[in-house]
Amino acid sequence: MSTTAARAGRPATDTAARSGSRPKRHYGTHIFLTVMAVMWLVPLGWSVFTALRPVASTNEHGYFSLAGAFNFDNFIQAWSQGGFATYFWNSVIITVPAVLVTLFLASLMAFAVSRVNWKFNITLLIMFTAGNLLPPQVLAAPLFEMAKHFEVPYSFSDSGNMLNTYIVVIAVNTAFQMGFCTFVLSNYMKALSSDLTEAALVDGAGIWRQYREIILPLCRPAFAALGTLQVIFIYNDYFWPLLFIQSGNRLPITTAINNLQGQFLNNYNLLAAGAVITVIPTLVIYLLLQRQFVAGLTLGSSKG
Amino acid sequence: MAAQFDASAAAYPTRRTILKTVGVGAAGLAGIPFLAACTGGSGPSATGSDSPGLTFGSGSSDDVPKRAYQAVTDAFTAKTGKTVTTNVVPHNDFQNKINSYLQGSPDDTFTWFAGYRMQYYAGKGLLAPIDDVWESIGANYSDALKKASTGPDGKLYFVPNYNYPWGFFYRKSLWAEKGYEVPETFDALKALATKMKADGIIPIGFADKDGWPAMGTFDYVNMRLNGYQFHVDLCAHKESWDQQKVSAVFDTWSELLPFQDPAALGQTWQDAAKALEAKKTGMYLLGSFVTQQFTDPAVLADIEFFAFPEIAMEGRDAVEAPIDGLLLSKKGGENKAARDFLAFLGTAEAQDAYAAVDSSNIATAKGTDTSKFTPLNKTCADTIANAKYISQFFDRDALPAMANNVMIPALQSFIKDGKMDVKNLEAQAKTLYAAQ
Amino acid sequence: MSSTARELIPPESREPEGASAKRGRTRKARGGRVRRLSGRDKVVLSLMVGIPTLIELTLVWLPMLMSVGLSFTRWNGLDLGDIRPAGLDNYQYISQDYPPFWPAVQHNMLWLLFLALVATPLGLLLAVLLDQNIRGSKIYQSIFFAPVMLSLALIGIIWQLFYQRDNGLLNFLLGTAGTPQAVDWFGDSSVNIWAAMVAATWRHAGYVMLLYLAGLKGVDPSLKEAAAIDGANGYQTFFRVVFPAMRPINIVIVVITIIESLRAFDVVYVINRGTNGLEMLSALVIQNLVGEGQVIGVGSALAVVLLVISLVPIVFYLSRTFGKENKA
Repeated sequence: MSTTAARAGRPATDTAARSGSRPKRHYGTHIFLTVMAVMWLVPLGWSVFTALRPVASTNEHGYFSLAGAFNFDNFIQAWSQGGFATYFWNSVIITVPAVLVTLFLASLMAFAVSRVNWKFNITLLIMFTAGNLLPPQVLAAPLFEMAKHFEVPYSFSDSGNMLNTYIVVIAVNTAFQMGFCTFVLSNYMKALSSDLTEAALVDGAGIWRQYREIILPLCRPAFAALGTLQVIFIYNDYFWPLLFIQSGNRLPITTAINNLQGQFLNNYNLLAAGAVITVIPTLVIYLLLQRQFVAGLTLGSSKG
Repeated sequence: MAAQFDASAAAYPTRRTILKTVGVGAAGLAGIPFLAACTGGSGPSATGSDSPGLTFGSGSSDDVPKRAYQAVTDAFTAKTGKTVTTNVVPHNDFQNKINSYLQGSPDDTFTWFAGYRMQYYAGKGLLAPIDDVWESIGANYSDALKKASTGPDGKLYFVPNYNYPWGFFYRKSLWAEKGYEVPETFDALKALATKMKADGIIPIGFADKDGWPAMGTFDYVNMRLNGYQFHVDLCAHKESWDQQKVSAVFDTWSELLPFQDPAALGQTWQDAAKALEAKKTGMYLLGSFVTQQFTDPAVLADIEFFAFPEIAMEGRDAVEAPIDGLLLSKKGGENKAARDFLAFLGTAEAQDAYAAVDSSNIATAKGTDTSKFTPLNKTCADTIANAKYISQFFDRDALPAMANNVMIPALQSFIKDGKMDVKNLEAQAKTLYAAQ
Repeated sequence: MSSTARELIPPESREPEGASAKRGRTRKARGGRVRRLSGRDKVVLSLMVGIPTLIELTLVWLPMLMSVGLSFTRWNGLDLGDIRPAGLDNYQYISQDYPPFWPAVQHNMLWLLFLALVATPLGLLLAVLLDQNIRGSKIYQSIFFAPVMLSLALIGIIWQLFYQRDNGLLNFLLGTAGTPQAVDWFGDSSVNIWAAMVAATWRHAGYVMLLYLAGLKGVDPSLKEAAAIDGANGYQTFFRVVFPAMRPINIVIVVITIIESLRAFDVVYVINRGTNGLEMLSALVIQNLVGEGQVIGVGSALAVVLLVISLVPIVFYLSRTFGKENKA
């Protein structure tokens, strides 16, 4: 930690000593940061680089040269051969309902807990938050068996039980993410002025109206932040679809990418293209909604 | 907690409007996935008699076998007009998830193997018996194959497609060039390997990243040292692992270890096949499917085969020749089209269609076209036909949990440091077999 | 709440500064005078609480109890009638006879130490450096934070391309690509755990950096100025004044680090399914549950071990977080 202190110490002294009136020279810091940033970009950059080179080019010149053509062949091939369209749609089928249901239920819970004084408030919050922190593998076997033994008619699920359905993945994702969202939303709602609901109470509004017409609109920013976060979390979730979905063509993209490893085998260019294609949605969301995402993370992680 | 108020109030309304519009749009679009999720989970199963088609789950994900099965399904559709929806899953994943696959919503029919690995699932009631299918195809198969297709309850479950021998493959031209000769005994094999090493070639190709290929060496050393019956009994845990006979297997194998490719744990069998092609390794112990990796016809013509040398017992009477074929899932048992497909596969016509694309294996049905057999095919076919005993492969003869959870890591650590704790193998085996 | 969170609340609905303490007291004082909830209200409220709670109970807490229960049985996962009691056999098995168990525990500990001693300080360092409003800090932030966007499974694949023995960039940079000295970073069991941890650090450091940045913004600048006036140098300012002031964030970081290290499943599973040097408790659980050799009893025993280890940071976090609330 001494190097940390050394680096942290120098700039901090600068700040303290010069109180920000003159532009600072942070050469050391800049050099360090630039080096780190370059190192940080290398893995993803390498994937993109490899993906842009057709296999013929790498077979001829090797993977490390700049010679040869650069085109999007691999992407096109990976997309069609890999069946990405199906996988992306599966991701949408899982992510969108899961996020919406999670936010809805979490807001219900958060409202009840924050607006109404209950004895069990803390207990419930604890229960929810702890549920969110558990490693999912702990619950894998019982959930699998529960899904398997939960018989449903064939018209609802072609397995006769809840295995291999989207609904079970959505439900489990909801249960797991609800804790975090409840916690964040309850903090957020608590910070809202209670004058608003007092006014509503005077007007004779019931709990549901308070919730729907007053608190919900005010929570939109938190929903935006949490929603962005949840979309990325659930889109990136690898484990639950791995456990519950067996049919290859029902997997969402993040879990399906593992299959692509087996499918594209030694064709690293295709594999790289597939990986880049998978990354694109999250990067797009990140660049567009970075503010929301960051707010969502910090909302939950720093307790108000 | 100290909070800082950021004077961003001015920017606020704009953000709000954006979020509002986005929110409304998102809400509208969100309805679609909800509906898709509801219907996506279902899928009317084609029960009863005349269904328009069937689903076929295939773990044959490598290029050549995939196309071969495509040829079979095409031939079936051309003949009967029923459609076959093939779902291909990468080979290792398919095997790995077979347990949950069968308990979830499996396809009507799927590729699998003969041996205890099939009987295990039949015994658990996850497969549909196909005695009626065998009524029509029974004549096409030998008794041995029929026996291999039978479940623990005496009913038939499996339709064999092809089988293939495990043995040493090598490049004729390289051996001719260096003056190597086919070894008949284990000592001759060691001498040959020493010679190869001196010549700068890795004597025995080896790849065990996937965990199962190393079992081939184990099986052969065991059968050659202790006999076929002991091997079968050991797989069924009728013999204990904690005995001198088993230790002897590993002691003998450790004499071969220095000659086997040291990079084994980091490469797949496809990688090792490439190494054989590139003449970097002298010989490779694998099943005949190794030839699927050789796309150059000149290389294919150069490949030769010899059986594992004899060590102590029963000469070279025992051959490891796994049988691959199709099974019917419980649900698929109700689909007549699926039964027809299985019956079709049991005919020479279908197996010829398969072999036309994938010639690395030997078809099992009688009357298939052997005219296009290469000399290598002939050698393989003769090896199987002349074998006194046929084993399936460790992970098909033993309990799945034993093969996957115990043997794979144990063999991988044996490859790494040459030591094997047979006492521990026995302790684990006891627990696992008891848990069934 | 952090500043970013605060600024998301529309100004008209925000609590005036300093009102929170008052509100707490007033709320309690008003507690007795809140209008009684109507019958309809009570129904709505119970549904609002009941439905989420029911879901949480059945999908999280009930399975957890079932995991514990199943760890004392022998079962192959197929027929409910096949469950047979086994006492402590499974635990004895995993601790004595099951070869990957202790290596997995070691690896989990190693993962935790690596994240705690390498990834987290790195994140802190980056946060401190970027907190100074230097030019381009937004760009740096975006770069360092980008891997957090990616799922760990995808990170495993991207780094495989980087670590590949003959065609990966790392061996090329080291000059060993294509030679016999080339190290197979993910295939060689003596180095692959380190290689995987570096990949995990790539993501974890960015996450920690972000949290610390938020925390640093929340530290009152007057504290730093006061320390400077008192003659404290950089080190002392940071470690004795700033760092302790970020206590809530520190707690979160500690918990997140521990939880992430216990969850290290995706990366190792994608590489080689958690075998050959990458054994982790979570991967072992799945091997016994979803793999071809399904042994539910052993898998559940492993899951319980994982659960017990996880409960330590969870309880720590909950007592810190909710303990304060109770006192407030």
